[in-house]
Amino acid sequence: MSLFFTYNMRNLLTRRLATVITAAGMAFVVFVFSSVQMMAEGLKKTLVDTGSFNNLIILRKGSQAEVVSVVDRQKALIIETLPEIGISPEGILLSAKEHVVLINLYKKDGDKPSNVVIRGIDRASLLLRERVRLISGRMPLPGSTEIVVGSAIQKRFKGLSIGEKLRFGLREWTVVGIMDAGNTGFSSEIWADIDTLMQTFRRPFYSCIVFRLRNPQDFSSVKEKIEGDPRLGLMAKREVEFYREQSEVMARFLKILGNSLAIVFSIGAIIGAMITMYAQVANRIQDIGTLRALGFQKRDILMGFLIESIILSLVGGVVGLIFASLLQFLEVSTLNWQTFSELAFRFNLTLGISLKAIAFSLFMGILGGILPALRASRINIVEALRMG
Amino acid sequence: MLILKLLFRNIFRQRLRTFLTVLATTVAILAFGFLRTIIDAWYSGVEASSPARLITRNAISLTTPLPISYKDRIRKVKGVKEVSYGQWFGGIYISEKNFFPNFAVEAETFLQLYPEYIIKPEEKIAFLRDRKGCVAGRKVAEEFGWEVGDTIILKGTVFPGEWEFTVRAIYRGAGPKVDETQVFFHWDYINEGLKKTYPTRADHVGFFVVGINDPRRAAEISLEIDSLFKNSLAETLTETEKAFQLGFVAMTEAILITIKIVSIVLIIIILLIVANTMAMNVRDRLSEYATMKALGFNWPYISGLVLGESIMISLTGSLCGIVLTFPASKIFVDAMGTLLPVFYITAETLLLDLLIALCVGVLAGLLPALNAIGVPVQRALQRIG
Repeated sequence: MSLFFTYNMRNLLTRRLATVITAAGMAFVVFVFSSVQMMAEGLKKTLVDTGSFNNLIILRKGSQAEVVSVVDRQKALIIETLPEIGISPEGILLSAKEHVVLINLYKKDGDKPSNVVIRGIDRASLLLRERVRLISGRMPLPGSTEIVVGSAIQKRFKGLSIGEKLRFGLREWTVVGIMDAGNTGFSSEIWADIDTLMQTFRRPFYSCIVFRLRNPQDFSSVKEKIEGDPRLGLMAKREVEFYREQSEVMARFLKILGNSLAIVFSIGAIIGAMITMYAQVANRIQDIGTLRALGFQKRDILMGFLIESIILSLVGGVVGLIFASLLQFLEVSTLNWQTFSELAFRFNLTLGISLKAIAFSLFMGILGGILPALRASRINIVEALRMG
Repeated sequence: MLILKLLFRNIFRQRLRTFLTVLATTVAILAFGFLRTIIDAWYSGVEASSPARLITRNAISLTTPLPISYKDRIRKVKGVKEVSYGQWFGGIYISEKNFFPNFAVEAETFLQLYPEYIIKPEEKIAFLRDRKGCVAGRKVAEEFGWEVGDTIILKGTVFPGEWEFTVRAIYRGAGPKVDETQVFFHWDYINEGLKKTYPTRADHVGFFVVGINDPRRAAEISLEIDSLFKNSLAETLTETEKAFQLGFVAMTEAILITIKIVSIVLIIIILLIVANTMAMNVRDRLSEYATMKALGFNWPYISGLVLGESIMISLTGSLCGIVLTFPASKIFVDAMGTLLPVFYITAETLLLDLLIALCVGVLAGLLPALNAIGVPVQRALQRIG
């Protein structure tokens, strides 16, 4: 077997141009396959990481996003008296009434606006989001027209550095801080004081209530209590669950797109490999004849060529994957259809995607190599030797 | 003519190789055409927009409503012909998977402003008379098997509750670019419901559609409308329908760019495959080219032979791809249903397919042609032995 391996490697090295072209084709396919998967995964991860498992979010029944949800003040009071809500060591009730509005801001590149989330925050909002860190400045004072800006938004949109003023809702808002929440949705938000915000927009209701459970196992009983209360008309979800749902449409679209592209591309790459391998077989009929005359079995020849094609595709797959992994340093931002607001996220390479990509390249190698290898193994010894 | 004969003979010499290359090109061109059409679909709203329509919405964002009282003030602006208004309803039909856009609109003026939605006169009257009536696009009606007279129920996401509608009319688009997957119903019906459940949200609309007499004055009229509401509680932003739709496209630009990059990668892959085939062909025939050179054929002739073959292969593949695009897109459209409002292959896409095939053919043949020209006669002939 080792003899065959070196024989194959040398062959690949001798016919360098064909090898490089074929492997490059495979590399492109694997690159496209993994990058689209990484995009879908990154979007999902960003949104799932946004939520905390022990946080519950309360919304109006049937609403799919915070923006369209309405929770009246009285109902909010009923919710906040639930005994299952946790309390911080400092004695603060870990429950936040929040208000979410979308506003149009202009991106630094180009003059087209995009929708950005403005979240009116309560006293406990920051405590409930462990991922959010203030990287410079301070939080807005209660009752003031001050805002903190998420780092992803600050990078992309005009006029959001500390000290700059933003005008919306007939008021001027001063940027007093920049917050970073890693790769989560909060990096794409702007936070302001809830009471000022609600008054600015003349909206006398909350969008949602978020609270921490005192006991994690209380989830189902609390959910039942809230959803079964006919006064409320509200629903309760784990925050992680809520954010995962918001990634669904987009992630599914990207996955379908990625998979169908991968199928089409792989047909091209398999054919490319096939052409190369057929040519290899045709050029080496004499070699094959000699090998058979020396006593190698048909099976050995078949395996030999198959291995060659697999090596080719593996090289392509690994190269494609390496290039795809470089995408992880890239941050992209797009409008999430479900929330109708801007969301920045990174490409995310998971072990699953890497394994899938390698398996995919193996599959292409085997499929592209099997027919030519079969032909090679069926060559008649005498005729092959006579060709010389 | 000899060159053509030689060309054809050469193409059919390595039948399997040629066939595989043509197949790969076919698949790639098919996919390229698809991606282009998907990008076109993204822009379909922009394409279908009329220069004689302006959209006025809340300057804060599209999700913030405007008071209905603005209608009459906009109507008074000089140059405004008609004003209609509407609201994204976002209702769900049975399950979230059955997505289609649905709007509550002021029906009479709305249909006047959108003459591209063609409705039978008697159905139109029936729709206008029935406050619970709705008008559905041809595609969405076909998808769910609705007929005039059927009752449908939409679950509100923006406006809570279950809302019952009667299909009173089915509209067709005036051209292939018109979206036939939308459903429109009466804003009054929704508003009456809101007055009972959420009185503070009633009497507000999502957007105004402003029909103007002279498209050339669009910018002026937009500014005038916006200045009416400057420094009010709900400031407006008025733009042409085209700019409004382009705004939507720009918001999902990242995905659009991805698709564009992918389609370029696709072209590179075809290029690699054809180049590979040609490189191998030339390599096999080096001694022949040496012989031809020895016989006195000049370099344009020999390179023409190689380039001609490569162009022929890529063009054949591209033509097959173009022919297959039509049945394939039919299957695709049927499978996607209302998710894809407009899927329409343009002549531009087809021309682009051909142009790409031509470029690929030339580029792929270039290096091999150079090889063929540069072959040292003596050494190549020696190899024949």
